[in-house]
Amino acid sequence: MASARLKVPKKAKKGDIITVKSLIKHKMETGQRKGKDGKPIPRMIIKNVTATYNGAEVFSADWAPAVSANPFLSFKVRATESGTIELKWTDDNGKVVSQSAKITVQ
Amino acid sequence: MKIRQLLLALTGTIAVAGLGLGFVVSQTTSAKAEGIRSGYTYATKETQGLQDDEMSNPGYLWVDTGEDLWSKAEGDAGKSCNDCHGDAADSMKKAGVSYPKYKDDIGKMQNIEQRINQCRTDNMKAKAWKWESNQLLSMTTYVRNQSTGMPVSVAVDGPAKPFFEKGKAFFNQRRGLLDMACKHCHEDNAGNLIRANVLSQGQINGFPVYRLKWGKVGSSHRRFRGCNKQVRAKPFKNGSDEYVNLELYVAWRGRGLPVETPAVRN
Repeated sequence: MASARLKVPKKAKKGDIITVKSLIKHKMETGQRKGKDGKPIPRMIIKNVTATYNGAEVFSADWAPAVSANPFLSFKVRATESGTIELKWTDDNGKVVSQSAKITVQ
Repeated sequence: MKIRQLLLALTGTIAVAGLGLGFVVSQTTSAKAEGIRSGYTYATKETQGLQDDEMSNPGYLWVDTGEDLWSKAEGDAGKSCNDCHGDAADSMKKAGVSYPKYKDDIGKMQNIEQRINQCRTDNMKAKAWKWESNQLLSMTTYVRNQSTGMPVSVAVDGPAKPFFEKGKAFFNQRRGLLDMACKHCHEDNAGNLIRANVLSQGQINGFPVYRLKWGKVGSSHRRFRGCNKQVRAKPFKNGSDEYVNLELYVAWRGRGLPVETPAVRN
């Protein structure tokens, strides 16, 4: 089930700076709230997001509990070669969601 | 009409170009003339920007899930939505503007959620989805998203007339410990502050809406329940006749407003 979106320009000129946009469905439970029974709700956030461009890491972030639910992430990267940009989100359970998009560089 | 579609197309292009934040082109040109305002116009620029860009609007995550469910076969009949209706972009194009609709077989009004579930139980022989479940919300959002930009136009005459009157009465009926009717906030005081919040006209053209407070998408009935609780009244059930009639009346109040599903609100 698609729970993440990733948008990369389909075409770019070599050397151009492109914007990568992404969105993922995640509840991002902070671990600081209490449930109806008065017990704390365990923390469940995306702790790391990593972007690779043809296998090489170009962006990485460690997220903290203050990041919103269903977080949006956008960053810029220089288009060097045709290939795939892949994003991987890892949450506290170790569950990894990945999404990739292709780009053609002329 | 043509000019408006052009305007909408223009807004779309601008948003895709990533400049959505700076531009707030009126989406409600004709409806505005009658003083009808979408909740969009009450939202902050940041919230509007979030809604305008498909890549930043979290509601589209539910649209995606709905799209997946559309072609997933379920139930004893082994059919998916796609098997009967084909491409949703064609078959569901007008569904978002005309519901709630009067249905002969049940003798009352039916909204999109109920229509989806009827299709599931009658045609797919599958279990009905629970109200506010991930699946029902996703499917409703997906179906209504096909009508984005089209003006809301529900039928309130003929067999729908008595239900419309009931919805109107509900809207104007005082209720709860605070003894307030819907109209006291959303008709008499729209645009004014209620403590730190701006009251909107209570239009539902953007529903199912991604509410930042909820952190997810929710139906208009969930919103009705929230409103009823705030005036210390006992809320009705999701999908109750009272709320479906109210949905019809509220949809009629916002006639001519473009469907914005999935809208983003605070």
